Amino acid sequence: MADNVSHRFDRLPPTPADRVVSERPSRQEVLEWWNERFGVDPAVFEDYSFWEKGAGKLWVFAGDVPTPITVEAVGLTALRVRQEHWKPTTDAVQRFGQHATKNVIELSDSEARTFIAGEDQQLAWDGDWGYLIVSRSIAGDTEPLGVGLYLHGELRSQIPKGRRREIDE
Amino acid sequence: MVLSRYRPLIEEFEAFLAACERPLPSVVRVNTLKATVDRVREALDSGGYAYESCEWNPELLRLETSRPGNSWPYVHGWIYGQEEVSALPALVLDLKPGDRVFDACAAPGSKTTQLAALMEDTGTLVANDANLGRLSALRSNAERCGVTNCVVTSTDAQTFSLDPFNDEPFDHALVDVPCSCEGTIRKNPTALDEWSLDRVTGIAGVQRGILERAVQMTRAGGTVVYSTCTFAPEENEAVLDHVLETEPCRLVEFDAPLTTRPGVTEWNGEQYDPSVQRAKRIYPHLNDTGGFFCAKLEVDA
Repeated sequence: MADNVSHRFDRLPPTPADRVVSERPSRQEVLEWWNERFGVDPAVFEDYSFWEKGAGKLWVFAGDVPTPITVEAVGLTALRVRQEHWKPTTDAVQRFGQHATKNVIELSDSEARTFIAGEDQQLAWDGDWGYLIVSRSIAGDTEPLGVGLYLHGELRSQIPKGRRREIDE
Repeated sequence: MVLSRYRPLIEEFEAFLAACERPLPSVVRVNTLKATVDRVREALDSGGYAYESCEWNPELLRLETSRPGNSWPYVHGWIYGQEEVSALPALVLDLKPGDRVFDACAAPGSKTTQLAALMEDTGTLVANDANLGRLSALRSNAERCGVTNCVVTSTDAQTFSLDPFNDEPFDHALVDVPCSCEGTIRKNPTALDEWSLDRVTGIAGVQRGILERAVQMTRAGGTVVYSTCTFAPEENEAVLDHVLETEPCRLVEFDAPLTTRPGVTEWNGEQYDPSVQRAKRIYPHLNDTGGFFCAKLEVDA
């Protein structure tokens, strides 16, 4: 097995059998993870490829470029892998989270304000612990907002520092 | 005063000067990758925001707040703060889903995210900016808008290499170059404080280099849009005139949904190719916007 080369984007192999870089997840495993964790139909990602830069940061890309490629970004940061619990990004959840059918927690208005401010809060939740898609209601429908880590009755906001806001409304 | 040099070019010069003194309203563009205009309007209504649509483009909303960034629609990536007139060049490119597009000077990303939306987030958008400091803003804005078809690069656009892209040319290029920014005076009252003719001349050299390289990387029959937010003919028509001579391309007519004036063919004793009249000048008093310049080129077969 080859080592990972940092500072460069490599397209993920289609299946584990195609793997040449040790520990690099395959496209198949990524689609299975979205499906198992959040119930996202693999067909949602049919027109997208997945890429790794550095060790463990995956990107989702709708375009077409050669692999490997040394650039600043290829599409959208999607999830963090090569750790026990894979973690989706705020941006990927906002973009693809509406396709999720499980492990989605919908917050009330005041809970959503606490969450987007980056604060943790005590909340009741009878589903799985771990990373959840946090959503709220806006303009007549549910819209994903970000990622929360649910543990011991507490929802820990994973909103990145630069995206935290005190909402004016 | 810098702006007085344009008196020979602008009818209603007093109206022009008066408009330059007035501040601009806060405008946001609906990010159609994540929301429809109707949903954004509904969300703004329930948030208690007052707004009105820009007459020429329903995706542009004039908002009565100076802090659109602290609203729910912003947090969801549904809106992007963008000066009204700067939404023009991306529209002039006439993009189709699936196109390969180059954005030569992309940061901080208002036009990049608009291009991605016009491409319906398909095809490949290469967004480049030489300024490393502004690259993080470009990346975070593209991600907040949910753009997935974009590759971000950071090189000097004058020497941009297609090698990493298997030498495949682009269908379209947006060349929205760094400029003296005279037209942003309504947004930034100190925009002209650093103005000098030497600066204008220096930056025009960079603009020529960037436009030339973009034309070289665009396929025959493809289009290149050149835009600035300045009134200076040295940075506008003179740059076009130069590139018409050095590269196989021509200026083409296009419709603009705003009141415009044609490019000028004469300035300070210089004569430019008559086809530069196909470019469009936008003065602040014409549509109550910032100042702008926009031209559309087609690459010869």
